[in-house]
Amino acid sequence: MGNYILKRIMSIIPVFLLATLLTTGMVHLSSVDPAEAYLTAAHIQPTDEILAQKRHEFGLDQPFFIQYANSIMKICQLDFGISYVSNKPVWDEVIYRIPATIQLAIASILIAVFVSVPLGFLAGVKKGSAIDHFSRLLSFFGASIPSFWLGYILVFFFSVKLNLFPVEGIGTWQHLVLPSITLALPLIAMYTRLLRASVLENLQQPYVLFARTRGLKEKTIMTKHVLRIAISPMITGLGMNLGKLLTGTIIVESVFSWPGFGRYFIEAIFNRDIPVIQCYVLIAASLFILSNLIVDIVQIYIDPRISRKEGQHR
Amino acid sequence: MITSIRTIFKNEKVIPICSTILGILFIIAILAPWITPNDPIAVNLAYKLQPPSWNFPLGTDHLGRCNLSRILYGARISLGFAILIFISSLAIGLIIGTFSGYKGGWVDHVLMRFCDAVMAFPSLILVLGLVGIFGPGLSQVILALMLVQWVYYARMFRGMALSLKEQNFIPAAKISGSSQWKIIKNHIIPNVLPPLVVMGTLEMGWAIMDISAMSFLGLGVQSPTPEWGAMIHEGKSYIRTNPELMLYPGLSIMLVIVTFNLLGEALSERYGVKRRF
Amino acid sequence: MGTDKSKVLQVRDLHVQIKAKNGITTLVQDINFELKPGEILGLIGESGCGKTVTSMSILQLLNRKETTIEGSIMLKGQELNGLAEKEMRKIRGKDIAFIMQNPMNAFTPVFTIGHQFVETIRSHTSLNKKQATELAIESMKQVNLPDPDKLLKYYPFQLSGGMLQRVMIAIAASLHPAVIIADEPTTALDVNNQKNVLRHLDKIRSEYGSAILLISHDLGVVSEMADEVAVMQHGKIVEKAGVFQLFDSPKHEYTKKLLNARPTLYLEEPMTNLI
Repeated sequence: MGNYILKRIMSIIPVFLLATLLTTGMVHLSSVDPAEAYLTAAHIQPTDEILAQKRHEFGLDQPFFIQYANSIMKICQLDFGISYVSNKPVWDEVIYRIPATIQLAIASILIAVFVSVPLGFLAGVKKGSAIDHFSRLLSFFGASIPSFWLGYILVFFFSVKLNLFPVEGIGTWQHLVLPSITLALPLIAMYTRLLRASVLENLQQPYVLFARTRGLKEKTIMTKHVLRIAISPMITGLGMNLGKLLTGTIIVESVFSWPGFGRYFIEAIFNRDIPVIQCYVLIAASLFILSNLIVDIVQIYIDPRISRKEGQHR
Repeated sequence: MITSIRTIFKNEKVIPICSTILGILFIIAILAPWITPNDPIAVNLAYKLQPPSWNFPLGTDHLGRCNLSRILYGARISLGFAILIFISSLAIGLIIGTFSGYKGGWVDHVLMRFCDAVMAFPSLILVLGLVGIFGPGLSQVILALMLVQWVYYARMFRGMALSLKEQNFIPAAKISGSSQWKIIKNHIIPNVLPPLVVMGTLEMGWAIMDISAMSFLGLGVQSPTPEWGAMIHEGKSYIRTNPELMLYPGLSIMLVIVTFNLLGEALSERYGVKRRF
Repeated sequence: MGTDKSKVLQVRDLHVQIKAKNGITTLVQDINFELKPGEILGLIGESGCGKTVTSMSILQLLNRKETTIEGSIMLKGQELNGLAEKEMRKIRGKDIAFIMQNPMNAFTPVFTIGHQFVETIRSHTSLNKKQATELAIESMKQVNLPDPDKLLKYYPFQLSGGMLQRVMIAIAASLHPAVIIADEPTTALDVNNQKNVLRHLDKIRSEYGSAILLISHDLGVVSEMADEVAVMQHGKIVEKAGVFQLFDSPKHEYTKKLLNARPTLYLEEPMTNLI
C-alpha cells in the first residue's frame, strides 16, 4: 500500500511543475512591468535608473530559466512576492483572508454531504417515487442555475422579504447560512446524481439478491451493503470537484461581500496585482493535486480490492 | 404532475422541443436590431425604474434603459460568443487532437499530459488567471475561454484519431474501392458527430455560464453593453425596490442553460455518449 | 385434502404473470411439484423456460408491484404465497436456503466472507459473534475447506470460484434448512469442483435430511443426483417422472429432444437393440 501512495505522489510532480511554469510565465506575458508596478505602489517615481535597478533586483534581466528556478525556490519558502497594491508580502495577505474562505467551504461541504447522501440514496432505493423525482429535478436545476443569480434569489426571499438572514457580510452564523447554501447547491446537484446512479447500479448486482436469499433484513442490505459500495464513486466525485467549490467561492464571496480569498483574487485581477494572481493559481493547483491524492487514499480504505490484488487462493 | 415531469426526461420530444427553443433564441439574437422596441443603451433618467408599459414592455432600469431591449441584445452577446468560442475551440482542438493522435509517440504523450493538467483545473479559474494577464474586457474573456476549451475537444479528437488508426474498415473500404470522400461521409462522420454534438451542446451551456459569470464580476463586458451577467451585477443594488432588474436577466440565463443542458442530456442518452462532469 | 406432512415443500397450480407496457405476460403456469425430506428434485430446461422464476416465487423475491403470483406454495404446511415480508425474511436462509449460479458475484465485495457468513447466522439465531464464528468454521469443515479460521478473513475476490461455491454451500447448510434451492450450482465450475459440489450437496441431504431443488441445464448433473426430474418448457412442466424412468423412456416430445441432444445416448441405442 505504501508503494501505491508513493507512485501517486510521483505522478503529481509533472502537473505541479506545469502549474509553476505557467504562473512564472504569467509575469512575462502580462503587459504589466513588475518593477514599475512595485515602484508605483510604493509611491516612488519610476525614473529609468531606479527602474533598471529594481528590475535587476527582481531578477527580471536574467534568462527565463534562471528566473523560473528562482521562483520555484521562493515558492518553497512560501515567498510569493510583494503585492503591487498593498506593498505587503502576498503570503501575509493571503493568510489573513483564507480562514473566511475555509469556513465557507467547510460549511458548504457539510451541507452538501448531509443533503446529498440521504437524498441520493433514497432516490435510488425508491426509484420512481416522489423523492426520486424531486432529486432529479434538484440535480438538473442545481447544475443549470448560475451561482450568482441563485445567491440573489436567496437574498431576495430570505433577506429582503422574510428578513431572516443578513444580506451580506460576515460575523454571525446567520451570515454564513445563505452563502453556504448557494455554494452547496451545485455540489448537491452533482453528488445526488452520482450517488443515485451508483445505488441503482448496485441494486442490480447479484450480491444484493444473494443477501436477500440469505434472509438479511432489507434495511441492513441497503444501508450496510449497498450504501457502502455505492458511496465510493461519490467520494471520488467529492475530491475531483474541489474545483467547483473553489470556483464557487470566488463568485459567492463577491455576491455576499464575504471577505475571503476568492474576493481578494478578483480584486487582484482588477488591480493587475500579478503576484497575488500567481499565488492564487498556484494554491488552487496544489489544492486539486492534494485532494485527488487524499481521495485516492480514502478509496483504498473503503474498497479493499484496490490495494490488495494479491494472487487468488486455490 | 410528477409523472409528467419524469416523462420530460425520457420523452422523445425533448430533442425537437429544445432544438426549437434554441432555434428561436438564435433567430431573436440575429434579428435583435430590428425587433427591439428601443435602443438598449439609450440612457434617459426621466424614465428610470418604470413598470412595464407599452413603450417599455418590461419596464426600465436605473438609467432609464428599456429592459426588454437589453435582454434581447444580451441574447446576441451570450449566444453569439458561445458559438464563436465553440467553433474556434473546436477547430483548434480538431487540429491539435488529430495531429497528436496520428503522430503518437512522445509528441502525443506531452500534448495529452498538457491537456490533462489543464483539464484538472475548473475552467473559470484558468479563465480568471488568463484575464489577470490580459486585463479585463470582453475580447480578453472570449480569448481566455477559447484557450481553455480547446483541450476538451483535442482529447476527444485524439481519441477518435487513435481508434480510427486501429480500425479495419478504412483499409477495407479502400480495398472495396470506396472513394476517400465516401469513406469520410459514411464511416468517419457518423462516429464523430454524436459525441461532438453532445459535447458542443454542453460546452456551449458552460461557455454562457462563464461569460455571464465573468461579466457579473465586472471582468467581461464593460458598460454600457447589455449582457445578462452584467445586468444582474447592475441590478443588485436595487434588489429591494426593483428585483425585476436582476430577475429578467437571470431567468434568461437559466432558460438558455437549461435548454442546452436538457438537449445535451437527451442527446447523450439517445446516442449513448458518456458525459464528463 | 389436508396438508401432507411427509412433503416438505408443495407447489400447487403456481401461476406467475408480469405486467409489462404492452399487457400481461405469463411467465410460468400450472406448476405442480413436491419435495420430500432428503429427496432431490431436478428441474431441467433451456434458458428462459421459467426455472429461475419458479425458484424466485418460492422465495417470494419477485417484484410485488409488477408480478402477480397465484397458487399455493406450502413449506412444512405453511402457506408462503402472500406471506408477510417480515415472516418470509425469517424463512429465507434458515428454512429455505439458496445457492447461486455464479459464486464470484454472489458475495458483497467489501466484506470478508467470514463477516457475511456470521451476519447470516446471526440474523436467524441468537448466537453471539464467537458462537456464530465457531458454527461457520464447523460448517466449512464439512465441505472440506482448508484452514477455515484463516479463510474467514479473506475477501471474496481473493478466493477461487470453486472455494466460493463451497462457502455458499456451507452457509446454506449451516442452519440445517428443510429445503435447499440450488440454481445451476455447477455451471460456473470446472469438472473437479463440480464433482466436489455435488458430493457435498449429497452429504447435506443425507445427514440433515434437507430436500434439494436442483435446477440445472446440465443433464449429466441431474441424472447423477436427482431422485425425481421435472422438465420445463415455455413456463410449463411438460413431464415429471422418476429419474430412471425419465432418462430411459421419456414420454414427451420435448424431453426426447433434450435427451437426444446428448451424443452419449446414441452410443447406448445400438447396444440395447442388440439385446
